[in-house]
Amino acid sequence: MLIKIPKSSDCRESDVTPESLYLSRRQVLGATMAGLAVSSLPRWAGAADAARYADVEPGKAPSWFVEKLPSTQWGAVTVKNEPITPFKDATHYNNFYEFGTDKGDPAANAGSLKTEPWSVVVDGEVGKPGRYGLEDFMKPYQLEERIYRLRCVEAWSMVIPWIGFPISALLKQVEPTSKAKYIRFETLQDPKTMPGQRSGFALIDWPYVEGLRLDEAMNPLAILAVGMYGRELPNQNGAPLRLVVPWKYGFKSVKSIVRISLVSEQPKTTWQSIASDEYGFYANVNPTVDHPRWTQAHERRLPSGLFSPNVRDTLMFNGYQDEVASLYAGMDLRKDY
Amino acid sequence: MRFPVWRIGVFIAAAVWPLFWLYEALMNALGPDPGKVLVDRLGLGTLILLLITLSMTPLQKLTGWAGWIAVRRQLGLWCFAYVVLHLSGYAAFILGFDWSQLGVELSKRPYIIVGALGFLGLLALAVTSNRYSQRRLGVRWKKLHRLVYLILGLGLLHMLWIVRADLKEWAIYAFIGGVLLLLRVPPVMRRIPRLLGRKAPSATKA
Repeated sequence: MLIKIPKSSDCRESDVTPESLYLSRRQVLGATMAGLAVSSLPRWAGAADAARYADVEPGKAPSWFVEKLPSTQWGAVTVKNEPITPFKDATHYNNFYEFGTDKGDPAANAGSLKTEPWSVVVDGEVGKPGRYGLEDFMKPYQLEERIYRLRCVEAWSMVIPWIGFPISALLKQVEPTSKAKYIRFETLQDPKTMPGQRSGFALIDWPYVEGLRLDEAMNPLAILAVGMYGRELPNQNGAPLRLVVPWKYGFKSVKSIVRISLVSEQPKTTWQSIASDEYGFYANVNPTVDHPRWTQAHERRLPSGLFSPNVRDTLMFNGYQDEVASLYAGMDLRKDY
Repeated sequence: MRFPVWRIGVFIAAAVWPLFWLYEALMNALGPDPGKVLVDRLGLGTLILLLITLSMTPLQKLTGWAGWIAVRRQLGLWCFAYVVLHLSGYAAFILGFDWSQLGVELSKRPYIIVGALGFLGLLALAVTSNRYSQRRLGVRWKKLHRLVYLILGLGLLHMLWIVRADLKEWAIYAFIGGVLLLLRVPPVMRRIPRLLGRKAPSATKA
């Protein structure tokens, strides 16, 4: 007769998770997370809570960021009734062609980017030009959390909790002259750490350049971000400093900024230079103006399952019509796409 | 049937990829937009299978081994199978079975038009790939199947319109395609050296 003596580490039959519960573990987890999020609401005001979002990989935050984070105004702008994209998806599905054209390339390759020390040049039509170390550059600003929709021109979208400050605060600091009509941003150019810039077949004339009209930059929704999901920006998301303009297609929101110039002429932006028929200077999210190669009327909100595609209608100005439509009064948005 | 093991091996090697990708998609290993990834991979798979199919004749000439030709039709049909899956994926995951939108896409977007023409070409070749059609069409069969060179061009153009910023990957496929077409220019073809073995008597007839 076989006598089985169970080891103390063995599982008993009664420990087995019911199959129905196992199969629905994602919903259970999701519900738990939602519950946690709700129960933690009152604490948002004060405590610096590292685990504000689920499954966030901790990074190595620079000291200026660690010092500023506790005074962050959490949830300053939010998106109602639309779940925040999981951290993993927001950090592993990126367009950052400096690190490769595949969506997974930035996460795989951006580790080589050196974000400390980092300096930002402010020049052009400003009263106070100069080159600032990022820690000095950031000193005047109070951080805010802005939860925004992100709509890529490729017809997918996410909801991301950024941490940053309004560009209007920066403009107050650098004092634009009366000749300043546009603001121009430039990404780092460093082929040594950015493999995409080493490709001999790239059509992009590096560095990546983007720009806004000055009144667009002054809009309270337009921010410069230094963090997301309660931590500093991961490299693949444009560390250490990037633009976020939620009512425009994602490519406007230039990453890893090294230079900010106030200029009198409309800057020639990167995608405009490559294909001006497909990518305009304004690039406002607009469901009624198609991209030449696909419709912009719908978007895939990620994560989108294989057999339950999460397709939704794209909103005018990405849902920020009330805040920004007045900027474009009298303009033909079909012509100025 | 000659080369049964070789034929079955090729069959398995071609069949395993879509199954593996489907498995990955179901295991959430394809990232947040699995439908798009599947469509892209199936499209690229179609192009690669087309290039592999087109390299069978030069390989046969180079090595004298008849096994290359023995799997050529099978590979061509796999190429067609992949393009069918590519289109099904496009219809399901990109269009969401919105057929009115398909009409819009087909009338407005050059790269969709070019892709659709390529598909029609592959369809024509797949339908006439059987022995009955070969016999019936006679000399015209060979002429019809030269359409494959045009299809390769359409496929490469379709891909060129999709890659937007970095042409490296596209340039590699275009180069291989260019070499394979060059090898078919009669003066070049006659100069292909025989590296291994002797010309099999069966190959001279084909």
